[in-house]
Amino acid sequence: MSGPVAISAKGRGKSHALEITDVSKKFSVAGRQVQALSHIHLAVDEGEFVSIVGSSGCGKSTLLRLVLGLDTDYDGDIRVDGHRVERPGLDRSIVFQEHRLLPWLNVEANVAAALRQSGLSAAERGELVRDHLHLVGLDQFAKAHPAQLSGGMAQRVAIARALVTKPRFLLLDEPLGALDALTRLRLQDELQRIVRHEGTTAVLVTHDVDEAVYLGDRIVIMHPHPGRIATVLPVTAAVSRDRSDPNFIRLRDEVLSWLGVSRTGNDAGAELARRSA
Amino acid sequence: MSLITIAGGERLSRSASIAPPPFRLIGRHLRPLAVPIALLAIWELLAHAGVADPRFLPSLEAVVARGVAEFSRSGLGVNLLASLKRDLIGFVCGSVAGIGLGLAIGFSRLIERLLGPVLLVHRQIALFAWVPLISMWFGGGEAGKVVFIALAAFQPTLINTWQGVSGIPRSYRELADVLTFGWFDFARIIAIPGALPQIFTGLHSALIYAWTATVGAELLLNIAPGIGGRMNEGQQLFHMDLLLLCVLLLGGVGVIFNVIAGAVEHRFLRWRIR
Repeated sequence: MSGPVAISAKGRGKSHALEITDVSKKFSVAGRQVQALSHIHLAVDEGEFVSIVGSSGCGKSTLLRLVLGLDTDYDGDIRVDGHRVERPGLDRSIVFQEHRLLPWLNVEANVAAALRQSGLSAAERGELVRDHLHLVGLDQFAKAHPAQLSGGMAQRVAIARALVTKPRFLLLDEPLGALDALTRLRLQDELQRIVRHEGTTAVLVTHDVDEAVYLGDRIVIMHPHPGRIATVLPVTAAVSRDRSDPNFIRLRDEVLSWLGVSRTGNDAGAELARRSA
Repeated sequence: MSLITIAGGERLSRSASIAPPPFRLIGRHLRPLAVPIALLAIWELLAHAGVADPRFLPSLEAVVARGVAEFSRSGLGVNLLASLKRDLIGFVCGSVAGIGLGLAIGFSRLIERLLGPVLLVHRQIALFAWVPLISMWFGGGEAGKVVFIALAAFQPTLINTWQGVSGIPRSYRELADVLTFGWFDFARIIAIPGALPQIFTGLHSALIYAWTATVGAELLLNIAPGIGGRMNEGQQLFHMDLLLLCVLLLGGVGVIFNVIAGAVEHRFLRWRIR
């Protein structure tokens, strides 16, 4: 495994940064075999932002665990730069739905904890921590404890902790799911800015369709029982990252219909139009 | 504490014209002392009303006079120090062993499986059941006493440390895996600080248990300088004032230990309160 901070250049261009090939995963729940993932194929390119949407139980979080290397008991192949994922590494980091900050450490120390295994000097670590707290706009809160932060601030610290190792992959497991609607919108913009700034490749798991469309370069739609990829929709340049743009709404509706959500509102509108004609 | 004061203060300004609230404020602070003061008053009443035989229940002032005499000629003071020293040595030995073993069991599934059942059986044995065994193995002298006190401190620290470490949430263990923590980082950054509240609970109990065991050892094992020794003396020579003085002293030391433990806990676990 290459060093966590040095961005490895090997294999770039030729193979994909992340290649998931024919991955299946079974769980045994109460003595019964449950197929969590079935024949997943997905390739992610360097610098891409991929959104994965699906209802709960479609295996999207399981897929992230496999990419992280937390679970290596699966069929198929997951490769980063052509190397099979066998264990967690600092080249892949994650933001969980709950911030998972350690309550006994202050903000600074929580972010610095991610650098324990980086092999960097104390001075280098301090600088990285400062830079990343600045990036998420929490310079003033370096000495605060998690209990003193709002949910949105705590999640920003978690984002800083995930990025401080300068990972190649940022895995986001419904990172904004526990936040209130306004904070979520604000953090979506922030997440977009930060990921662009860092040039990280990102995989976002969410059940918020708007979020998936707003942040993703591609949208992977998954269906449950067994967890499988239904389709992959590209987010074209025409969808201008404007939530009220007609193209944005069209794409969002397409995603919703893939997820089996009937567009009753639109149908009713069409019906009304037909009648009045 | 500060909350109560603020609430009280607010009430003060609102109802200043109606009732004399300073009384209530004082009453609030004195409330914890009400029962002890009442008990002392009943004691005095019984001693002076001629209800109780003064040989069995000397008056409060007789006990206080005995205390003044004892401490002025450094009689009981020396004994108190001897007991405290014994207590402290046993407490430190027992709790260091308890925390060490508790961490080992909490970290290692293998050690937990090997030692867990034995320790659960050990927990069922009343502390004082060890006295005959200890006196045979270590003698009734200083060594035996310290071993007994250490055993008293060992049990609560072991159980609490063990539970504290094994109670670290799965999500934090997963975080440690993601951050590629080794054994040492996991212990230092996650497990020990996470288990600290429980470890303190264990130490707090150990402090009280060890003090109880100190007197127990002094009463049950060989007579030596110490509060227990003086209690033996009080019993043998029918010096009820000395006996009662020792009981009050034991309680007082226990209360002081409690306050110290609470303050240390507060200082180290500040992150929980904020």
